Amino acid sequence: MTATSVSTSATTAALAKYEPVIGLEVHVQLLTTTKAFCGCLTRFGSAPNTQICPTCLGLPGALPVLNKRAVEFAVLASTALNCEVRTRSVFARKNYFYPDSPKGYQISQYDQPLAEHGWIEVPSENGPKKIGITRLHMEEDAGKSLHEGFPDSATKSYVDLNRCGTPLVEIVSEPDIRTPDEAYEYLTRLKEIMLYTGVSDCNMEEGSLRCDANVSVRPRGQEKFGTKAEVKNVNSFRFIRSALEYEIERQVEVLESGGRVVQETRSWNAAEGRTFSMRSKEEAHDYRYFPEPDLPPLMVSDAWKREILTAMPELPEARRARMVREYEISEQDAQSLTATREFADTFEAAAKRAKSPRRVANLVQSELMGRLRAAGLELEQSPVTMDGVVLAADLAEEGKLSSKQWKQIFDVAFEKGEDFGVVYEREKPQQISDTATLEKMIDEVIAANPKQVEQYRGGKKTVAAFFVGQVMRASKGQANPALLNELVVKKLDA
Amino acid sequence: MRTEANGTISVGMTLQELGQSVISGRVKAAELVNSYLQRIEARNAKINAYLSVASEDARRTAEDLDAAARRGDPLGSLAGVPVAIKDVIAIEGMTATAGSRILEGYKPPYTATAVRRLKEAGAVVLGKLNCDEFAMGSSNENSAYGVVRNPAALDRVPGGSSGGSAAAVAAELAAATLGTDTGGSIRQPASFCGVVGVLPTYGRVSRYGLIAFASSLDRIGPFARTVEDAAMVLGVIAGHDPLDATSSRRPVPDYVAECHRPVEGLRVGVPAEYFAEGLDQEVKLTVQRAIDSLRAQGCVITPVSLPHTRYAVPTYYVLATAEASANLERFDGVRYGYRAPEVKTLSDMYRETRDRGFGREVKRRILLGTYVLSAGYYDAYYRKGQQVRRVLAEDFLKAFEKVDVIVTPTAPTPAFRIGEKTDDPVSMYLADIYTVTASLAGICGISVPCGVSSEGLPIGAQILGPHFCEGTVFRAARAIEQGQTV
Repeated sequence: MTATSVSTSATTAALAKYEPVIGLEVHVQLLTTTKAFCGCLTRFGSAPNTQICPTCLGLPGALPVLNKRAVEFAVLASTALNCEVRTRSVFARKNYFYPDSPKGYQISQYDQPLAEHGWIEVPSENGPKKIGITRLHMEEDAGKSLHEGFPDSATKSYVDLNRCGTPLVEIVSEPDIRTPDEAYEYLTRLKEIMLYTGVSDCNMEEGSLRCDANVSVRPRGQEKFGTKAEVKNVNSFRFIRSALEYEIERQVEVLESGGRVVQETRSWNAAEGRTFSMRSKEEAHDYRYFPEPDLPPLMVSDAWKREILTAMPELPEARRARMVREYEISEQDAQSLTATREFADTFEAAAKRAKSPRRVANLVQSELMGRLRAAGLELEQSPVTMDGVVLAADLAEEGKLSSKQWKQIFDVAFEKGEDFGVVYEREKPQQISDTATLEKMIDEVIAANPKQVEQYRGGKKTVAAFFVGQVMRASKGQANPALLNELVVKKLDA
Repeated sequence: MRTEANGTISVGMTLQELGQSVISGRVKAAELVNSYLQRIEARNAKINAYLSVASEDARRTAEDLDAAARRGDPLGSLAGVPVAIKDVIAIEGMTATAGSRILEGYKPPYTATAVRRLKEAGAVVLGKLNCDEFAMGSSNENSAYGVVRNPAALDRVPGGSSGGSAAAVAAELAAATLGTDTGGSIRQPASFCGVVGVLPTYGRVSRYGLIAFASSLDRIGPFARTVEDAAMVLGVIAGHDPLDATSSRRPVPDYVAECHRPVEGLRVGVPAEYFAEGLDQEVKLTVQRAIDSLRAQGCVITPVSLPHTRYAVPTYYVLATAEASANLERFDGVRYGYRAPEVKTLSDMYRETRDRGFGREVKRRILLGTYVLSAGYYDAYYRKGQQVRRVLAEDFLKAFEKVDVIVTPTAPTPAFRIGEKTDDPVSMYLADIYTVTASLAGICGISVPCGVSSEGLPIGAQILGPHFCEGTVFRAARAIEQGQTV
């Protein structure tokens, strides 16, 4: 059975009969310098087994000691996700055997997690919707089993324990998500919040953000949840929608053909575009959680929490609302200008020193971003600095540059790798600001277009723009736009 | 100053005096260490207390200390004192088998905090001591490396699990040793071998480097010939350790000074529950004589009640085995220690490694512990056990409102014969009946010799004190010690 056969057999009509119910479990690696329970570095990409010590190797007798910074990050993340942080939370051992789990158990949190009862607001078909967050708990990462890439990989597996003990938070959503799109939005917001609070780099390639999904379907109108499958390994924003769509269609088809969904764990295979059964409910682990006796309960006092939260930045949602208000920009512009905290900071700093913040927003959107994308550059690599954008915006605002002119300057700047100001100074466009010259050109255009003159004088004042455009063209874009506007209206009204 | 009657030159001196003698050069650490190494050479084959002897390291360290003493360099209070360490405690470069085949030949790359502190105080580590496998046992018969014999009667067990640590002190194969106590593993062998053994308050001594059996119960503590010597060693190893999140930040008092404070007016509780059915008559009378001697020295003897004592053994075996089942998961053959050869799959490797690497008692406890944590049984066993543990601790808190210390027998009988209880695990578990309650409550205690049976077997009295009241316990223990010699 391939993905295509599922799509074609589970018809749109069948799909419409069912409502998907989705909950996400997201693991986020915290951006601490050292590990959760020892002093080893968390750096990614070092030679195997070079960032290890008795504690993260699980050597007999070694003990864990909690990294304070990891708690601070976790509290910051919890609060940003609108969770209540518990004064007392408890670490627990989650027992299972695997070669990359050197103690035979993972230190996690179980019945008393760090934080609970949060939510993220996402856009949905029926307007903004709150997706509940059941809990956020702290735990340690496992090492990596390497099954490939060695001469004797056919017969042996290797273990790299560098990642072992890296601090994670697991964020578990309520089963509030109803469509793959909502899941995508939830993940996007979640990632954005983690980036804004600075607790994680959310680098999916390096495994800093990992997602598992619990998926079930139920006939629309039914209260009771259907049997769920857990889909593991949905580790890319690109695939979250397709993985969920596949799984929903698979379950609908099972039900439509008279079958029953089996409770199981499935793995998403991006290359084949389908999910595979990993293990059934009967094969599920009994993790035998119990309180970790090597670590006292984690106490987060109000005073400590307050201290931690002084580092809380303005969060994306609030920031967008403020930017719309403050700079009179559109929701959509605010959205793209706040894609990352650094970008938003850069923009705001520029906007504040420009004559019109809105003009800066427009230029960033219309001139800068497209060219960066086309050139495959990041903002930091842009030949046109934010100072350059501010200069362009100010010149535009003062009417000293026409759109045609600033577009040309942006083109040259990107072509030659120079800042906007440099190009502007060198090729300062000849601007016709002489009233007599402009009036002469306007007269010519008026004479050549009697019909439009009549329309204008008949009350259709917007036709003025037509004359401005004609004169601008005749002047090869060099007419001073502000003066031109003024003179055109004067002439037509005369 | 030299007393060579027993073949060692330390006898008759306290550890404090010995350290001072090495510092002043009156006693050469090298000679001292050599005399102990010779005794080990001569006697260990019979007793089997040592699993490994670090002769070369010990001699070199002792010579360095003598050289430092000649130069007048500052030396620690235990300079030159020959000590030995239970094999469940890690010392860099020395094997740490935990008495188990699964760790045969394993050499940890780091040193336990308690041992590091001993070494920093100038103590010389002679070697590693035999014990029940992973500290699980009450007779030292569960060691993969053979039973330890009781120096007082070679056909008897030394007690367990720190049998080697107790026997080494009793046979003068070390001036002091470290053992570990999870349910009685220091106190009971101290009682069987006729030496002093200390259970420090949970959190008093860092567990960093102690191969865990039951983390919420495990404690490192000293064995010595006298209460004062034990107090001296505890003073060195106690104190906060940033590497153990459960270690306490309380300052460490001068325990040796505490030992010498008079006991007059000290309120001593005697719990009826510890003198009931199952207690050997000779043990009972001997301990009662020790209590009489305390009374004679001005202590106020008061009956107290610890009403939930009978639940302690089952509670202990639920909680300790639960923790053990997790603590022993790391012995999987993947990274260190024994790995079963010629296995095809990962799960076979796990199964065969653990089946062949662990002994019977360890496997029994892993099974018990796994069971009590399993889905559907957790509430009935583990959670209930935690609840009872709190009740048992409250028993002590209430009793300590009325008394400063509690005196009981350490064990229901003197040392039993090798092989006597090996086929009956439950009767073996009951050897811990007087010790497990203090383990569960986290309080401190000591076993101090208080007499011998008609067969000449040592009998110990257990003194229990509130959390972090080791000083008071030492005072009472020294009074019993003194009462005997008078």
